[in-house]
Amino acid sequence: MLRSIQWIVDESEKTGKLFWEVVLEDDTEERQVSRHESMAQMLTIWSAMQEAADSYTGTRRSVSGLVGGDGLKMRQYNLRGKNLAGDYVGEVIAEALSMAESNACMRRIVAAPTAGACGVLPAVLLPLYYREELSQQQVLEALYVASGIGAVIAHRASIAGASGGCQAEIGTASAMAAGALVALRGGNARAIAHAVSITLKNLMGLVCDPVAGLVEVPCVKRNVIGAMNAVSAADMALAGIESRIGVDEVVDAMGEVGRRMPMELRETALGGLAATPTGQAVKARMAQGKAADMLEKQ
Amino acid sequence: MDIFDILGPIMVGPSSSHTAGAARIGQMARALLGSQPVKARIHLHGSFAETGAGHGTDRALVGGLLGMKPDDLRIPFAFDEAEKVGLDYEIDTVELRDAHPNTALLEVWDGSGKQLQMQAASLGGGRIVVTQLDGIAVNFTGSYNTLLIRNQDEYGAVAAVTGQLSRMRINVANMSLCRHKRGGDALMVIETDQHLRPLQVDTLRRISGILSVTYYDKEEEENASFDTVDR
Repeated sequence: MLRSIQWIVDESEKTGKLFWEVVLEDDTEERQVSRHESMAQMLTIWSAMQEAADSYTGTRRSVSGLVGGDGLKMRQYNLRGKNLAGDYVGEVIAEALSMAESNACMRRIVAAPTAGACGVLPAVLLPLYYREELSQQQVLEALYVASGIGAVIAHRASIAGASGGCQAEIGTASAMAAGALVALRGGNARAIAHAVSITLKNLMGLVCDPVAGLVEVPCVKRNVIGAMNAVSAADMALAGIESRIGVDEVVDAMGEVGRRMPMELRETALGGLAATPTGQAVKARMAQGKAADMLEKQ
Repeated sequence: MDIFDILGPIMVGPSSSHTAGAARIGQMARALLGSQPVKARIHLHGSFAETGAGHGTDRALVGGLLGMKPDDLRIPFAFDEAEKVGLDYEIDTVELRDAHPNTALLEVWDGSGKQLQMQAASLGGGRIVVTQLDGIAVNFTGSYNTLLIRNQDEYGAVAAVTGQLSRMRINVANMSLCRHKRGGDALMVIETDQHLRPLQVDTLRRISGILSVTYYDKEEEENASFDTVDR
């Protein structure tokens, strides 16, 4: 069982195995499966992510009517060639929006680590996969890195908004994505660990305040900040920039911040954006059941 | 949690607890009933009651009752599907005592009039726990092969069942025994590491004092293959 990212780094440096191999071998031992079985399952995950992205046209609206269509807007804007973010990051933003919207609209996605944060990891991977023609093997390795990071955070802190706030969901997804990116660019285990630290530190304290309790506002756009944060942290780590606080300490601190977070800011929809007049109005509208049949009307 | 609890489940959105878990709860009730329900009364508690409509919890529960898995793209349209196959469903809210915030209480009937009442909670990440079955407190998740054995509450019943399992080389992972009152019916919930073959389940049924045996095979989750006989 993976309990420490530093342990993965030490194991990698001691044995010469890459970060992803340490995670894979732990999985084969933990679940008593062969390498082949484990990798076949990871391929299923990757295929589902690709299918979710490929099949989404961006025209659907969520049950409440609050989200949908922004991923498409971003893509169209990118095509005009004048975006500030540039080609890759522009696509990352569009994909993060699209995947998170897709989830809100009851389409099929892969929770990574949760459904609300499902856009972050595919948003950084898919554009690279299509642009640089990464091999499937490379992507699978990156997914092992990501899942290993997520498993440690789940063990030491939390990956649920209800117990740790949004930092536990989008923050964890962001750390997973950053680690995956560093691995894809050939960074070693130590660089992956620094990327994780930087990512988590930058989203620490983020509260979970969903309007009307739905995985829509602000969740969809928070997938974007998770993905962007991952890209910048990965670039920093690949540049040799280090976190001054050790990676497991950062994860523990994030867990501690989550536990100290008031109940109102942990998915209960009683604080933050959910408590704004607009947020309350949406809640009242949902309670009257006015939005409930949106799906059928499309 | 293993790494596929982190990357996964593959599911229809928007929420692993309120949508994927709800579908699993519906599936579990269908499976324990043993056939397609024709009537269902669904009662939502806590956060399921408050945000269920917005999360598609209602659709996912009905979808599960129709045999849809959490990744089934028909879940958003489960109400239409229910109408097509003639499942009469009603959904309302309820306040249960000491229940997990994401809890549903389901009453389901099959075509022969057989009824099942099941209370279950969605724990996050699509994982569920069944907390009550026909009024008896239970605790199982469907992540193991599970035997539900109703027996007369008299000495020797547990020993007879576990003795038989041991002879079949079936290892018990978890086990609990509950009853309404002394001398009435009792319910054994036994989670096993190994699969049971239909013949082995039949052998358990023939033990004296055993009223019914329901077997849930976790590998057969997808076709919700359950096997139950009442005497």
